[in-house]
Amino acid sequence: MTASVAEDAQGAGHTGPNHGLRIFLIWLPIAVAADLLLYFVYGPHMPPGQMSNSAASQQFDIKVMSVLAAPVMAAVLVAAIYSLIVWRHREGDDEDGPAIFGNTRIQATWITVTAVIVLFLAGFGTYELAWPGFAGAGAGEGPAPIWKPDGTPLQVQVIAQQWRFTYRYPQFGGFETTQLVLPINEPIQFNVTSLDVIHSFWAYQLGVKADANPGVNNVAYTTARQTGSVTVRCAELCGLWHGAMFDYGKVVSVAAFKSWANKTEVQLAAITKMLPPYSTTYDPTVVPQMSKAMVKAGLTGGNGYYYPPNDPVQP
Amino acid sequence: MSLPARVVTLVLAFLAVAAVAAFVVIHYFLGSPPTVDYSAGVTADTGATVHVVMQEDPQNTVSTHPDWVSYFIQNPQTHAWIHTTLFKVPAGSKIDMTIYGYDGCTPLRNPVFGEVTGTVGGVEYVDGKPVKELNSWSGCNVGHTFSIPGINLNVPMATPSNPNANLCSTSPCTSGPHKTVTFSFMTPRTTGEYFWQCRVPCGGGFLDGFGGPMQTIGFMTGNMEVVS
Repeated sequence: MTASVAEDAQGAGHTGPNHGLRIFLIWLPIAVAADLLLYFVYGPHMPPGQMSNSAASQQFDIKVMSVLAAPVMAAVLVAAIYSLIVWRHREGDDEDGPAIFGNTRIQATWITVTAVIVLFLAGFGTYELAWPGFAGAGAGEGPAPIWKPDGTPLQVQVIAQQWRFTYRYPQFGGFETTQLVLPINEPIQFNVTSLDVIHSFWAYQLGVKADANPGVNNVAYTTARQTGSVTVRCAELCGLWHGAMFDYGKVVSVAAFKSWANKTEVQLAAITKMLPPYSTTYDPTVVPQMSKAMVKAGLTGGNGYYYPPNDPVQP
Repeated sequence: MSLPARVVTLVLAFLAVAAVAAFVVIHYFLGSPPTVDYSAGVTADTGATVHVVMQEDPQNTVSTHPDWVSYFIQNPQTHAWIHTTLFKVPAGSKIDMTIYGYDGCTPLRNPVFGEVTGTVGGVEYVDGKPVKELNSWSGCNVGHTFSIPGINLNVPMATPSNPNANLCSTSPCTSGPHKTVTFSFMTPRTTGEYFWQCRVPCGGGFLDGFGGPMQTIGFMTGNMEVVS
């Protein structure tokens, strides 16, 4: 290859239109308009809403990522459409295009921009995860959370079982109910566990989604900012009726919550006496009453199992 | 191999694969126990009373899983026991349910489901005696539950007085020690399918008792279809 061909390929001495500038000028208003629409028009409606501090944090994160992604997507689409129109094959033009050996300016720009975006997202994501108030982004932090909210949060144990969630309130006598009722503007600590297989507690509008594993206390915090209904779903395939494992909770005023909790504590007193002592995990097979009950039932399971270890599917 | 032989082999192989696929689809995905219809002749949303009769057995000797515990539903016309857990009831009606409990006891994994919820008056009747809860951890007194989460219905099934002894061994049971559990509940006005299940981990031979009959329609779980 001669030097003159290489120069042609680099565009040296080229007197045609500046395609890069054209693409940029087309892209710029599209990118700005897309970002403004995404942030200010669609943004407030993005999931999961703003019903809690964790939900609002997640919505903000999604808005930021959308604002970053939209210009990149617009650039790809503008460049592709521009190429299809301007450099399309024309009738009678059978010549090969110029041989191209790279463009330092484009390569440097591309690498710099993508590196800045990726590094920003890494820093932004870490900050959002670690920043007190939004720590864990609504997901469970495990049994030993690195961050705790100020004050004494309301303890709500979420017990998942095929195919229903039950909720235990240890600060109100330890009653257990199928109703999830929460107060507004008070920190809430969900202690999420399971008493059979793996489930996942997903309180959509609260922006809380924590795995429910047997024998594990998965702690998730949130503070509700609005009253209203909360959809709770299992987000982990857990058996035949996984798709039907959902219910609806509600966020109410502090006074209404206390009234409900005190009333329910009294109503369920007889049932509460039947429950095992409150524990952050819910493994009934280690509770003495349960062992006695199994003996009465003639079940010979060992090591916490209902059935003997030599049963065919028992590990 | 000659061309005709190759074509014949190819066609046969294709048919074999298609037959296996059809078997899987029909047997596993479309196969379903029959639905017992309790809605015939009853006008929905009138509060009419429908009497549904079921039984729970320690085995199911009329199935390919004779060692699986199982519910049966009685046909309202013939009174024959049907190996199914699917039944159809009218919307907005009162269901008077009778369940014969022939199986022995197994403690609930979560004793909170020893509470009777969702029934008329919040009670069930065990051999005619009203009961609001059964503590399966203090006594060997619960065999299974009949629970429909969609309408917050939960009824623990009492076990025979002499638990786990001389239980009926041939399904459907017609004799042997048992308890008769009765209760009433209102069907919702919203039509649709409401799944029901047993909450006692009664799938013996499966991990923690949660497999087998607990996960199979026709044994310990099914659907209540509410129709208009």
